Amino acid sequence: MSAPHSETHVDSVGTYVKVLLALMFCTVLTTWVAYIDLGAFSTVIALSIASVKMLLVAMFFMHVRHSSKLTKLVVVGALMWLGILLVLTMTDFVTRNM
Amino acid sequence: MSNHAHSESLELRVQFDTAEQQRDASTLGMWLFLVTEVMFFGGMFAAYTVYRNLYPEVFAICSSSLNAVLGAVNTCVLLLSSFTMVMAVRAGQLGQQKAIIWFLILTLLFGGIFLGVKAVEWKEKFDEHHIPGQAAFHLEGLQQADQGHAQLFFSLYFAMTGLHALHMVIGAGILLGLILHAKQGRYSASYYTPVDVAGLYWHFVDVIWIFLFPLLYLIDRHLGK
Repeated sequence: MSAPHSETHVDSVGTYVKVLLALMFCTVLTTWVAYIDLGAFSTVIALSIASVKMLLVAMFFMHVRHSSKLTKLVVVGALMWLGILLVLTMTDFVTRNM
Repeated sequence: MSNHAHSESLELRVQFDTAEQQRDASTLGMWLFLVTEVMFFGGMFAAYTVYRNLYPEVFAICSSSLNAVLGAVNTCVLLLSSFTMVMAVRAGQLGQQKAIIWFLILTLLFGGIFLGVKAVEWKEKFDEHHIPGQAAFHLEGLQQADQGHAQLFFSLYFAMTGLHALHMVIGAGILLGLILHAKQGRYSASYYTPVDVAGLYWHFVDVIWIFLFPLLYLIDRHLGK
């Protein structure tokens, strides 16, 4: 039987349980806050909470914090391409005379 | 360790120098696939952004017709499945073969519950005539002129949750394969890469839902009260 690789970082069960509880708390929070009138800020808050949840899942469940620099670069690259897609699409739509 | 040029193993194929290099290559490959998936879903999020921007009030009223509590509960079920998935990967890291199987089965179970709830929600839409393209489509509280814009919301709703559910079904198929292989004792502390990369896929599908839930279910909920 070979031991786990020294490079493999094994997180504790406690860490994963805490992340799960944080994710569930965020889910309750985003549902609760949606019923409060915050005007345009509602969307900002909803997306901020979703982004925090995404970060938690990526960093802990997807092991990004233990990943190689190259993998981290690819993850950031994904967000960058998505940003280009959304931002450039919207610069078109919000500047049209409709 | 014997000379890997002569004896190929699951954890060290001939084209790699070390097992670590092979694992990094698998992880990187999966992440590159996920980048293409981000762009795939990204097109839908872009369409959503454009139309919500054009018809904010209609989207808010349509959103409030969805069952937010059921959506929130289902989100928690999916988060729970991500937890059991990462526990399966952890069991792989530690070489606990029984635990891998059980956590994979739990993940499959929670994924199944999520899809079941989704099916109930979709059925409700059919009963309420909230299906885009239906001649009988009618959303209460909207003028006739806005019914078309409401259909746009529901087109996006079904396309986005449908594509997400399709990814879940594919994920469930992958989980089944993993469970069968895990039962054959294929995975150990030195080789659990399939569990690892399937985990990345499963968590990615979870992240998509994390954004779908507030964007589809939670637009200006206070208006309905």
